[in-house]
Amino acid sequence: MTLSAPSHTPEDEPLAKETHPNGPKGGTGPKGGKGAAKRRKYGPRTLVIAASAWMLAVIFIAPYLEMIITALRPADELRDRTYLPTSFEWNNLVDVWKESTLGDNLQVTLLIAGGATLLVLLVSLPAAYYTARVRYRGRKAFLLLVLVTQMFQPTALLIGLYREFHQLDMLNSTWTLILANGAFNLAFAIWILTAYISSIPAELEEAAMVDGTGRFGALFRVTLPLAMPGVVTAVIFTFISSWNEFVMGLTLMTEPEKQPLTVGINNFIGNYTVEWNYLFAASVVAIIPVVVLFAFIERHVVSGLTAGSVK
Amino acid sequence: MPVTVKEPAAAAGPGPGGRKTGPQRRRRGGLARLGPLPWIAPAVLLIVVVVLWPIYELIRTSFLNISISGFVRGSAGTEKYRQLFDESGFGTVLTMTVVWTVAVVGVTMLASLGLAQLFNKPFPGRTVTRWALIAPWAASVLMTAIGFRWMLDQTAGVLNTLMTDLGLIDGPKDWLGDPATAWPWMMFVAVFVSLPFTTYTLLAGLQTIPHEVYEAARIDGANSRQTYWRVTVPLLRPAFLVGFVINLINVFNSFPVIWAMTKGGPGSDTATTTVFMYQLKDTDIGESAAMSVVNFAMVVVLVLIFLKVSRWNKEDA
Repeated sequence: MTLSAPSHTPEDEPLAKETHPNGPKGGTGPKGGKGAAKRRKYGPRTLVIAASAWMLAVIFIAPYLEMIITALRPADELRDRTYLPTSFEWNNLVDVWKESTLGDNLQVTLLIAGGATLLVLLVSLPAAYYTARVRYRGRKAFLLLVLVTQMFQPTALLIGLYREFHQLDMLNSTWTLILANGAFNLAFAIWILTAYISSIPAELEEAAMVDGTGRFGALFRVTLPLAMPGVVTAVIFTFISSWNEFVMGLTLMTEPEKQPLTVGINNFIGNYTVEWNYLFAASVVAIIPVVVLFAFIERHVVSGLTAGSVK
Repeated sequence: MPVTVKEPAAAAGPGPGGRKTGPQRRRRGGLARLGPLPWIAPAVLLIVVVVLWPIYELIRTSFLNISISGFVRGSAGTEKYRQLFDESGFGTVLTMTVVWTVAVVGVTMLASLGLAQLFNKPFPGRTVTRWALIAPWAASVLMTAIGFRWMLDQTAGVLNTLMTDLGLIDGPKDWLGDPATAWPWMMFVAVFVSLPFTTYTLLAGLQTIPHEVYEAARIDGANSRQTYWRVTVPLLRPAFLVGFVINLINVFNSFPVIWAMTKGGPGSDTATTTVFMYQLKDTDIGESAAMSVVNFAMVVVLVLIFLKVSRWNKEDA
């Protein structure tokens, strides 16, 4: 996403060859080699590869380690030119919430990310199910709308969004950000869910309906459980991207205590003396739920993101 | 649910399944008579209200005279556009937006290609190192950009300390204060945050290349270089194109990196079109809207390219 997560990730066609709903690996990769590799000795080539990969991994992690170190620096050592402080100030992680509006901001972010995720789920699931199962008139137009929507980022429409919600008198309302985050994540969710549901044979539902469940029974007892990896990916992606969203929060919320956490953290920089330790203490806390969620869907990330686009 | 689907069902696109349910639906009354409406109307509504309406608002605003407090003072005609094009920094902003996009996307794609191939090889600790690769993706662009801003701080920035200790620079520098050094650093950060997604897309592409193809190439006596250029590269093209276009859109619209690191300053010397638009927002929202429209027109061009690349029309979806 964004970048932002870079966040957002369209595909061109909801065909998912490697995103088999029951696939144990979710198409993430050849894991079979692991056991075999352990048994044999590594050649010099493999060692070079491993060394470079490990070095790169350290480079990728380093900025976040520095953020953690800064978060734990005592205030009087903040501007010292040392790699590590003499002692770690763990209280920073607690104090930051008392010393600023960030506690409110965190609450706002929770509401927005949770609300947007729920909204996306409620709206995208029926649309994706119907689009996957029925060839209705306007289906192609609907898919095109979804595809194009994925390409329009909030940044490009910011002034329009601001003007619209200004006229609706909905600036500084949490609902506004729930709607906005939901809408901009909707396309991705519909796309990936359509791909997943399409990959489940309709015959299974028909069999269930013959056995006496209605269409909804079939949907909830047969299709939904099989499409779970897709649902989980869509849900977590929406949550993460709403959690990390910055631009709309910055523009549509003008009152400091109503802004989401990303904006609250960024506000620190405007101050005369920036309390970097507090800033990063809040950042570290904000990053934790995302990392946990990412861990949860890691194996689905690739298959989900590229469903269909990579043949 | 003990039902297992053995067949790679993806072969059935979004369509074919529908044919079976079609006739059956016609027999049913109630909901079915409304057709697709109850199913897709909420989605369409949400998209229309939050994505399409702002486009209309955006264009309308660019032709209006609006006071700073948001009061509409009548039509401005094309005045706002003239004002925008006369803005002293406008030319530089446009040029730098192109440079920014080309440089960041170019470097990201090349670096990701290398990373994906590296991380596709079996080696001890591959799972863990791939995890590290995700970090910038999970941590959000804004946090990463703020982190780099801090690390480049003139007094206490760890990158300044490190480079001084390694003898790369004579002493701490104000990297972000000077556009000549701020640009490369911001580009670096933009590449850094774009790498995870792109690398993962290419990894997915690499993994979909069937093993048999390499086997066949080996039997035909191809050496490793031939195999790379004749097998890997052509088969990786779809993944590469998708990664490329998504990056193009993301990087072109990239706002948080620059906003967190320099706010486009000094003046608009380190601004791209989106950042410039935001700078104008507080002084003249009409002119800012004009900037947005210009920016949006460029996005539309990119979208059209994407539709062409994804061969939307050729699919029977």
